[in-house]
Amino acid sequence: MIPAAFEYVRADSVDAALSALTKYGDEAKLLAGGHSLLPLMKLRLAAPSVLVDVGRLDDLRYINDAGDYIAIGALTRHRDLETSSLLASAAPLLAHAAGHVGDPQVRHRGTIGGSLAHADPASDLPAVALAMGATIVATGPNGTREIAASEFYTGFLESALAPDELLTEIRIPKLDTQGWSFQKFNRRAQDWAIVGVATVRANGSTGVGLVNMGSTPLLASAVMNAVNSGANAADAAALANEGTEAQSDINASSEYREHLARVLVRRSLEESGLS
Amino acid sequence: MKITVTVNGVERSGDVEPRTLLVHFLRDELNLTGTNIGCDTSSCGACTIHVEGQSAKSCTMLAAQADGLELTTIEGLANGDILHPMQRCFQENHGLQCGYCTPGMVMAAISLLDENPNPSETDVRIGLEGNLCRCTGYHNIVKSVLACAAESNGASK
Ligand SMILES: Cc1cc2nc3c(=O)[nH]c(=O)nc-3n(C[C@H](O)[C@H](O)[C@H](O)COP(=O)(O)OP(=O)(O)OC[C@H]3O[C@@H](n4cnc5c(N)ncnc54)[C@H](O)[C@@H]3O)c2cc1C
Ligand code: FES
Ligand code: FES
Repeated sequence: MIPAAFEYVRADSVDAALSALTKYGDEAKLLAGGHSLLPLMKLRLAAPSVLVDVGRLDDLRYINDAGDYIAIGALTRHRDLETSSLLASAAPLLAHAAGHVGDPQVRHRGTIGGSLAHADPASDLPAVALAMGATIVATGPNGTREIAASEFYTGFLESALAPDELLTEIRIPKLDTQGWSFQKFNRRAQDWAIVGVATVRANGSTGVGLVNMGSTPLLASAVMNAVNSGANAADAAALANEGTEAQSDINASSEYREHLARVLVRRSLEESGLS
Repeated sequence: MKITVTVNGVERSGDVEPRTLLVHFLRDELNLTGTNIGCDTSSCGACTIHVEGQSAKSCTMLAAQADGLELTTIEGLANGDILHPMQRCFQENHGLQCGYCTPGMVMAAISLLDENPNPSETDVRIGLEGNLCRCTGYHNIVKSVLACAAESNGASK
């Protein structure tokens, strides 16, 4: 399986990447770790005519304490997240979930920016970003803007990023975490979740993100509202499917996904300390 | 486009199409056919090599992405007739049946021990989750990796 032919441009700076995007417009796709895009290109489900490789932008590979939040460069790899001592103490949910993405080979190459920008509802890190109330920083020809994770996902594999923008940074608020949990249900270790749930209880409120329960990564808003107004884990988890539109596929029917969501949300709330 | 990589310590150049996958460059251009292609869909790990010292699936990288980087393939492990300890442990523990997954398993296992020199059996099983053995010979593969870890820990004590 070989991708359709394309032109390859390696960007050696953010500016170079942005000018390439402006120059080639809709024809171009950014290439970070390539672990979502290349499999699609090999299946010819994607056939961009220009690839702008940002994989060498080491300036965008960092995890820093920025005071109120943790700043993570878009090119930071899953393995960096998994082994970061800063994240282990300040955002353990993210470090843990990153350690469950794919397999070690995937984690050595795949990036957080690619994971969030790809906007795959089956991906783990978007649900974590939603649960934690992350902010996504996009840089374009006219400068930088911030997008709340809750506003970022607009459709299947579609995000609020404009075609000429680069996702440059992810900001994770520093939360006073009381409890967290990441539940990933799959049949083989390396697989994507059939359903996944990311929960964080912090600063007096609870965030719950859902993996693979619709065409975009989702917040379990009904569950969050219930917990935040005092419901127990069992009652809140019963609302796990509100606002979801789980699909049926080779791995699971939509009914089974809905059942899993209720079970996993309950486990997730309980594991994060809600009775 | 022209690319240059350092494979097994030797600088090698080639002229590739941008869409050339790294595994095809290694096998077809550099004649390093020890790296196998199992699934071609990023699932099986047969094509695992080291990129800058870390395991990676060479069917899921462009040759262009490897330009200027250091690569190690299964051919780069042995020192003449002396096998790398991981290769020897696979041999001694019968860690292979048909052998098709073996180059990828060995490369993944070395990367695993680099990151976790003292793994439990569960750590080894989880650490090799990206590698499938069609012969399902996992028992002896895990045994081989644990033997290699024990041996190098013994040696360093
Ligand atoms: C075998 C296998 C198993 C996997 N299992 C899982 C799993 O269990 N859970 C999971 O969450 N993921 C899984 N993945 C996907 C993996 O996490 C990818 O690494 C990740 O989704 C994409 O990151 P990337 O850097 O490889 O992005 P790429 O593939 O390079 O890019 C993905 C998309 O994002 C765009 N993009 C990339 N970077 C930027 C940026 N900075 N700004 C704007 N757009 C950008 C690209 O143009 C492209 O459209 C798996 C992948 C494989 C091959
Ligand atoms: S051939 Fe690369 S993962 Fe199977
Ligand atoms: S030994 Fe045959 S595939 Fe593993």
